Amino acid sequence: MSRTRVIGILRKELRDFRRNRYILVTMSIIPLVFLIQPLISVLSLPPAAAVPLSHRHELLYMLGIPVLVPSVVAASSVVTERQQGTLEPVLTTPIRREELLLAKALAPLLPAIVVSYAVYGIFVAVIELFAHPGVAPALLQGPEVLAQVLFTPLLALWSIWVGIAISTRVSDVRAAQQLSVLGSLPLIAVTSLIAFDVIHPTLGLALALGAGLIVIDRLGWRVVSAMFDRERLITSTR
Amino acid sequence: MTVDGGAALSVHGLGKRFGDRVAFEDLSFEIAPGEVFGFLGPNGAGKTTTVRALGTLIAPTSGSATVAGIPLAPENGVEIRRRIAIMPETPGLYLRLSVAENLECFADLYEVADPKERIDRALRAVNLTERSDDPCGALSKGLRQRVALARALLSDPEVLFLDEPTSGLDPVATRDVHELIAGLGRSGVTIFLTTHRLEEAERLCDRVAILNTTLRTIGRPQELRDQLFAKTLAIRTLAALREPAQIFADLPAVDGWHQDGPGTYILAVSDPAVAAPVVTRALVATGADVLSIGESHHSLEDVYLELVDESEKTNRGST
Repeated sequence: MSRTRVIGILRKELRDFRRNRYILVTMSIIPLVFLIQPLISVLSLPPAAAVPLSHRHELLYMLGIPVLVPSVVAASSVVTERQQGTLEPVLTTPIRREELLLAKALAPLLPAIVVSYAVYGIFVAVIELFAHPGVAPALLQGPEVLAQVLFTPLLALWSIWVGIAISTRVSDVRAAQQLSVLGSLPLIAVTSLIAFDVIHPTLGLALALGAGLIVIDRLGWRVVSAMFDRERLITSTR
Repeated sequence: MTVDGGAALSVHGLGKRFGDRVAFEDLSFEIAPGEVFGFLGPNGAGKTTTVRALGTLIAPTSGSATVAGIPLAPENGVEIRRRIAIMPETPGLYLRLSVAENLECFADLYEVADPKERIDRALRAVNLTERSDDPCGALSKGLRQRVALARALLSDPEVLFLDEPTSGLDPVATRDVHELIAGLGRSGVTIFLTTHRLEEAERLCDRVAILNTTLRTIGRPQELRDQLFAKTLAIRTLAALREPAQIFADLPAVDGWHQDGPGTYILAVSDPAVAAPVVTRALVATGADVLSIGESHHSLEDVYLELVDESEKTNRGST
């Protein structure tokens, strides 16, 4: 594993993201959808809502941000390069597929984490400042904040591996993005079910989910590397 | 120089099939270090697939090869790619990134020492230093091709594969790329150049191979012409000769002749330098007004068309 090669691709990807209006818009709009409507709801809650809120875990729905934000970007990562003819020159260099895919995964992971934490931070700051007394402490429970911090990168990475896996197999960017969003839905469903208390969150469940995601993220790298077939990607014949 | 000091490229019976379709088969040739080798063939002949196979992008289905001294095998892919560079037909640049940023990325991929100096050197080699901060998307097609060439030079490759480097370029851009390739050839880089532009191969290459799924011929352009075409003298006289058969048949230096229009004669000869003065004297002795006499030159294009036509006929005959 060459750190120089991974950083080379990672730096290139991040530079490209910064100058790609489409990616910037995608990365901004999804979090706004998650931020604005809930903020309005929470700010309109009366102080009396604080007690029932303290028994619920609605803020966990914000874990949908790290699932959705990087999935669309990851889904276009390989197929776009293939369409633009930039993949072949990269594959003619000594880079290993594991290195290329790690860099491709880290590139959307970093902004996804930053955006997710930033949106959560803005949400927390706004309700601390402007919500009725008692509402903010009821919503911001220690274990939930910890879950938000810990699960954000794990969920984002899982969603990224799904997106890249799809990106290595399809030949159309839009199809890749749509499939990737579909692939993210199970994770969104799980976080929503927990947020709305259909699945009751416990420490044991959190540990099991966390351990499962770590294993899946690790396996995701191997599986996607195995799926990355240079010959098929270059010639589209297999 | 290669690891073992031998051929830069050595190919034995190499072939690639995609299912039932043969991309190329039974390729065998060797390329010496520092040689500029032209790989000619019509569209679909298997040129690009050969480059991809030798560049470890796709796996051959038969045969063997040694690239920059290393056996062509999946486990040697990284090591081979470290020693070669491939410039694909389309430049494949990141258009939102500047020229320098594109090269930085590839300098990292090759893990070159002192990347800044290497990038500067590569940009100087292709005369693009002034444009290093320009986004690649703002460059003309010819300039993009030069950036792609600079990218291929970053790692100081032992073998440089250029796949149709002037495809789609205007004459000025083509001339610039030719000069760059000629300069690289003079500096001792082994170059494997695929093209269907025959004048390009003739101008740049030490040897050429003509491919049409299988290798049709290989050699120096002059050797190929000599192999394929008899040496001829072309003679023009002011008026048609009255008894050409009598004049030419009596000359031992002339093996055969035919008329190619009024006052124009093509003579088959073994040695034009010996035959030309003899024929001139004979013509003058008969009172003919000789306008010109000279050796006929067959271009590489003639060789190419002859071989490709022949292979097309063979293919049609076998189906």
